[in-house]
Amino acid sequence: MTEKKRPLLDELKKGKWPSFVTEIEKSAAKKPSAEALLDLVERSYKENRVHWKHGGIVGVRGYGGGVIGRYCDLPEEFPHLAEFHTIRVNQPSGWFYTSDALRTLCNIWEKHGSGLTNMHGATGDAILLGTTTEHLQDCFNDLSDAGFDLGGSGSNLRTPSACVGPARCEYACFDTLDLCHHITNAYQDELHRPMWPYKFKIKISGCPNDCTASIARADLSIIGTWRDAIQVNQEAVKEYVDNGFDVKAVQRACPTKCISFDAEKKELNIDNENCTRCMHCINEMPKALRIGKEKGATILLGGKATIVQSAFLGWVIKPFIKLDKEDGYQELHDLLEKIWAWWDEHAKVRERIGELIYRKGMASFLKAVDLEPAPQMVKHPRENPYFFWYPEDFAAEKEVKEAGKQVAGTEVAE
Amino acid sequence: MVNPYYAKTDIGPPYFWDMLPEIIKNNYGKWLYHEHVKPGVLKHVGEAGELYTVRVGSPRLLSIDTLRWFADIADKYCDGHLRFTSRHNVEFLLTDPSKIDALIEEVEAAGWPVGGTGKSLKNLIHTQGWIHCHSAATDASGTVKAVMDDLYEYFKKDDLPAKLKISMACCLNMCGAVHCSDIAFVGVHRKIPRVQEGLANTCEIPNVVASCPTGAISPNPKEKSVIINEEKCMYCGNCFSVCPSLPIADPENDGIAVFVGGKVSNTRSGPAFSKLVIPFIPNEPPRWEKLVVAIRNLVEIWVKDAKKGERYGEWIERIGWEKFFEKANLPFTDKHIDDFIFSVPTFRTTTQFKFTNNK
Ligand code: HEM
Ligand code: HEM
Ligand code: SF4
Ligand code: SF4
Ligand code: SF4
Ligand code: SF4
Repeated sequence: MTEKKRPLLDELKKGKWPSFVTEIEKSAAKKPSAEALLDLVERSYKENRVHWKHGGIVGVRGYGGGVIGRYCDLPEEFPHLAEFHTIRVNQPSGWFYTSDALRTLCNIWEKHGSGLTNMHGATGDAILLGTTTEHLQDCFNDLSDAGFDLGGSGSNLRTPSACVGPARCEYACFDTLDLCHHITNAYQDELHRPMWPYKFKIKISGCPNDCTASIARADLSIIGTWRDAIQVNQEAVKEYVDNGFDVKAVQRACPTKCISFDAEKKELNIDNENCTRCMHCINEMPKALRIGKEKGATILLGGKATIVQSAFLGWVIKPFIKLDKEDGYQELHDLLEKIWAWWDEHAKVRERIGELIYRKGMASFLKAVDLEPAPQMVKHPRENPYFFWYPEDFAAEKEVKEAGKQVAGTEVAE
Repeated sequence: MVNPYYAKTDIGPPYFWDMLPEIIKNNYGKWLYHEHVKPGVLKHVGEAGELYTVRVGSPRLLSIDTLRWFADIADKYCDGHLRFTSRHNVEFLLTDPSKIDALIEEVEAAGWPVGGTGKSLKNLIHTQGWIHCHSAATDASGTVKAVMDDLYEYFKKDDLPAKLKISMACCLNMCGAVHCSDIAFVGVHRKIPRVQEGLANTCEIPNVVASCPTGAISPNPKEKSVIINEEKCMYCGNCFSVCPSLPIADPENDGIAVFVGGKVSNTRSGPAFSKLVIPFIPNEPPRWEKLVVAIRNLVEIWVKDAKKGERYGEWIERIGWEKFFEKANLPFTDKHIDDFIFSVPTFRTTTQFKFTNNK
């Protein structure tokens, strides 16, 4: 019978890739709202248009976010979808689950919602898709009693997420999962109660491969790196060569041309001072090359998608930071809190941190958060002569002169 | 309500450590290297032993019936442990390599593809579309299903020039940040929002005016409403995000734009935005034939022409965008030339370029 009822969606049950229609049908066997969703989406397919209205403000007691209100624009025809809200559940760091934890989520969602999920949403949360206002509090109660909590939505800290890191990756420069868990817990208030100009996303990648795509989509990216030398295991290099692996191809692709390779001795060396830690050679030869030993992270700020002023990639604001579990990541906390304070004070409504810096200039930002300018922050220095001088610059000059020394930057080699 | 119960707030996410299998706890931070055993199967070697991962593609929208079945598979083969990836895959974590083939056989027999590792097509990341969002200019799940059905073979093999990441977003909000993907397709509008009566009852007019990136919106105090300047509006929909009285969805004219050549990893050339190559493909539910053909064409010209190791954008950097349009047999139009605020640095300021067929 379903064959005739939904001819368009039935087309999407064909083909080899797993079908979302089949998934909704599985829930529809038990849940009228999932059944109604099939009909509504069929209708969208017929009419080429969306049938959802703008979200409304709904939630659970004590929280300002974590639930996305969603209402169908045809409530009379689709009473089961009159309210069809999303609950964002904060994922465990690294998206690891035991089968029991996963079943617990399923049981709660069977009781309170459509039985449909997104595993996972783009911010990292487990998304429970579709319930009514009436069920929200009970659903939250059951989640919380079972050890789950809500993620972020609205103008607040969004659920931080992290790459798999030390749990399964030899490239991890710090404990991404621990840092993610730590930050999420340290800023529960910022996560659950929107009080900022707009959203703020933190993503954590253990190395420059950036598996969480943080540069592209996090306001603040924490990306692992190291300051010393790539560790080379020459025995393993020989093995690669003996197995016919093309080491020269790796050498050619190195962006800084800092790999030397002696084909006769089967020896590879890296000019570490000039290596920019792009990961290419390590990715290609993981058995022979390892990240360095003096590890930490680079902090980038400002990444966002196109809306409104254009997309930005995150840019370097702190070339190297130590991420110490022992001192509770204090340096990172200090930096984060200074950034938030400045942004909160100066941003307009719906202005992301990157856009604010674009409007106010990096110089004022760096001053406000006590960061020293560094050449690592730019691709190249300014090309125009339009720069500002501040009273404190003149004061500093005066002090230097009075002390009979040369003004910084005016030294000339004899 | 009688005796309402309010559970504890701010308990934070479950502690990840409790979710990890023993092999990971023992090897935590002590991994030595990894190998690609075969498409969809990774082997990680650490000081305390070996871990095998079987990666399974999913449509992201999953019923709890399926999740329970995944949990059963994890019990049967993986001592009850599994994880999800940021690209909507499910990963089964095994210590006993002799179980890998049986696991693969069981999940594939049930219709779940194993693949997406190494130099393969990764699972397509996407957003909500007509399933759950008011803002969508096209559907997400359906377009993705049609494209993945067509490119299925590339998910299953790992002999592409490099990894291939395709992403989709159903409006310019781009949840999921598709703007740095090898290939991205995005739902777009092409007509200005329709100003509805009673706007001032639902929206703050100054906020609406301020939301427009091109300054196309001005207040209309007489009507307690706003006026949209047709010449300035480029249909981004941001005003609709802040004000429901400015609907922009349009069944006749909405569709999809395609961008290519972005990446996020810092490898070699570093992160880059994707760039516009196809300004418009009409919505064709349920199977989006033109979109599917267009994406396949984009994939195939890269597979044919790229050198080993070249991501999509690295390949184009080498041959030049003018050559790309020739090879892709795509028209180059006024839409391809940036006229937004950061446009000028994208213009060619040298006499070095290649001549192509048509130009
Ligand atoms: C100004 C830009 C944006 C606006 C106005 C916006 C708005 C929305 C709306 C209305 C939804 C609800 C969809 C539903 O009903 O389920 C949504 C979902 C979501 N958005 Fe955004 N979004 C924006 C950008 C982003 C970006 C850049 C990301 C990620 C990096 C993101 C991550 C998410 C996630 C995780 C969801 C939940 C479901 C999913 O993954 O698709 N959003 N967004
Ligand atoms: C097991 C540990 C992992 C290793 C060793 C690993 C390895 C890599 C490598 C080698 C790259 C760089 C590729 C390039 O040359 O561009 C990379 C990038 C990336 N990986 Fe992973 N990966 C791992 C886990 C994951 C997981 C679980 C995901 C999520 C599905 C993931 C998502 C990504 C993403 C999003 C990038 C960025 C690449 C881009 O878009 O340009 N990785 N990873
Ligand atoms: S970002 Fe680096 S450390 Fe993290 S999973 Fe990816 S490759 Fe490993
Ligand atoms: S990490 Fe990158 S820059 Fe450094 S040696 Fe390897 S390929 Fe060259
Ligand atoms: S991309 Fe746009 S339409 Fe799609 S889920 Fe995000 S806001 Fe909604
Ligand atoms: S759709 Fe975008 S460009 Fe057009 S009026 Fe609205 S905000 Fe301005």
